[in-house]
Amino acid sequence: MSLDLSPFDRELIGGAHGAGAAFAMRLLVRFAEAVDARSLIDIEAAHVDGVIYHGRASLDLAERMVGLGGKVRVPTTLNVGSVDLIHPELFRGTKEHAENGTRLMHAHVDLGCAPTFTCAPYQSASRPRFGAQIAWGESNAIVFANSVIGARTNRYGDFIDLCCAMTGRAPAYGLHLTENRLARALVEIVSIPDDWDLERLAVAVGHMIGRRCGGLIPAIVGLPPSMSEDDLKALGAAAASSGAVALFHVVGRTPEAPDLKTACGGRKPEFRLRLTAKDLREAARSLSGIADGVRIGAVSLGTPHFSIDQFGRLVLLLDGARPLVDIFVNCSRATLGEVRNRGWEEPLRAAGVTLVADTCVYVSAILRADAGTVMTNSGKCAYYAPGNLGVEVAYGSLAECVASAHAGKVVRL
Amino acid sequence: MSAQAFEAVTLVPGEASGPVLRLDEPLSFWGGLDLATGAIIDRWHPQRGASVAGAMLMMPSGRGSSSGSATLAEALRLGNGPAAILMLERDAIVVVGAMVAAELYGLACPVALADGRDWEALAAVASLTLKAGPEGATISAGL
Repeated sequence: MSLDLSPFDRELIGGAHGAGAAFAMRLLVRFAEAVDARSLIDIEAAHVDGVIYHGRASLDLAERMVGLGGKVRVPTTLNVGSVDLIHPELFRGTKEHAENGTRLMHAHVDLGCAPTFTCAPYQSASRPRFGAQIAWGESNAIVFANSVIGARTNRYGDFIDLCCAMTGRAPAYGLHLTENRLARALVEIVSIPDDWDLERLAVAVGHMIGRRCGGLIPAIVGLPPSMSEDDLKALGAAAASSGAVALFHVVGRTPEAPDLKTACGGRKPEFRLRLTAKDLREAARSLSGIADGVRIGAVSLGTPHFSIDQFGRLVLLLDGARPLVDIFVNCSRATLGEVRNRGWEEPLRAAGVTLVADTCVYVSAILRADAGTVMTNSGKCAYYAPGNLGVEVAYGSLAECVASAHAGKVVRL
Repeated sequence: MSAQAFEAVTLVPGEASGPVLRLDEPLSFWGGLDLATGAIIDRWHPQRGASVAGAMLMMPSGRGSSSGSATLAEALRLGNGPAAILMLERDAIVVVGAMVAAELYGLACPVALADGRDWEALAAVASLTLKAGPEGATISAGL
């Protein structure tokens, strides 16, 4: 029942690889014991979700590691921070919050993490390979890596993703192990609203899976095979917000589910969920706290961060007329660079779009205090923004969000 | 039961004593705890308003966001965290929060896994003392 440490693990604890790695290893061993792991495994990469400033303790931990001369041992990307370092003028919070948030982001870069500051690291150069053992934080990134790529990570949270990065090790438990990755729930999409696009379908299905499947890994049948990666990103983000979903299989679409039998490992599902067009319409409606036609103060797109393909779709929807309310689009600095390369930044600005990099409107102090109701195309933002920002949220498709921004009120198409 | 000592498993070592606060439902520290006072602020929690500060917190299992680790560490840093945490199920979020406070600030908030058969007896007394060492933990009544 005890944790079996390798000679290398013992070197790490003993300080042979530096005081920073020893500090991280002490925490990691306690964590491994708490999750009842028998051993640790090597990881290829990490994604650290500790760069949003929640209080002094997280800053003290990162700066302690820097002070000990710590460096990450595997390629490590960073999640969104509290501040847009590219556009710092967007921050409307206190000076102290901005300073501590910026220090926290810099401390992680000092540890050797790449300054990616994105919640969608899988849509950039740092995408892991199929089967890779990784230690990722950030719920939408975790579910995407497991489900769409077939890389292997548990839901690593506060401090532990960083400890894995600093040691190159992770506890051998949960979704790192083949036997724990099989589907145990069957989700059947029986019918689909015929006027819906795939992104809205993905959000509604994800929201229902999070609410109904508990901790069981779902195998989904009945989704169109033409679902894009951005659609699956939206599905996972919604499921990981309304529930603790870390892995889903779309039969015939995702890599560990060529067919239902393989996805389930030949076993019968323990739980079945049938979703009809009516259920899905209700799910989409439940994400909107306000009625159609109500005035909105802003539109927020890109939770998780907008991809370059999504920018391509947005550009086609904008006709150059200025909307009545601000349209915020959250993206990584890498995607922002690509937007500039394609010559889209100026047309987007002219069409009333504010580009937000390095952070996300729903975890940062960017919206005006009087923004009131916010409209979004994100199931995740719709789920969390009322609690995080104290705003009412309307959910709609990308096209509805753009039309609503122009009308200044919730418009349905 | 004053002379009786209950055996437990050490998750985070240390020694602590204090009044007992038994939670009727698990608590998510993130969003559920007022860092400035240690009061439970989760609007759905039946013990909303009770303070965990300085208490021997009996919490059978953990709940909620992994940001709970940073919240627990921050509450301990501010002196508004529990004295110790007794659980019936291992919980990584709680363990990491307590470990970080110990490593950064030298603040001991020991965490131990109690035996379910002892739970009611532990909850029945006003105060408890926990001694959690590397080989194992003991819990006894009184300060």
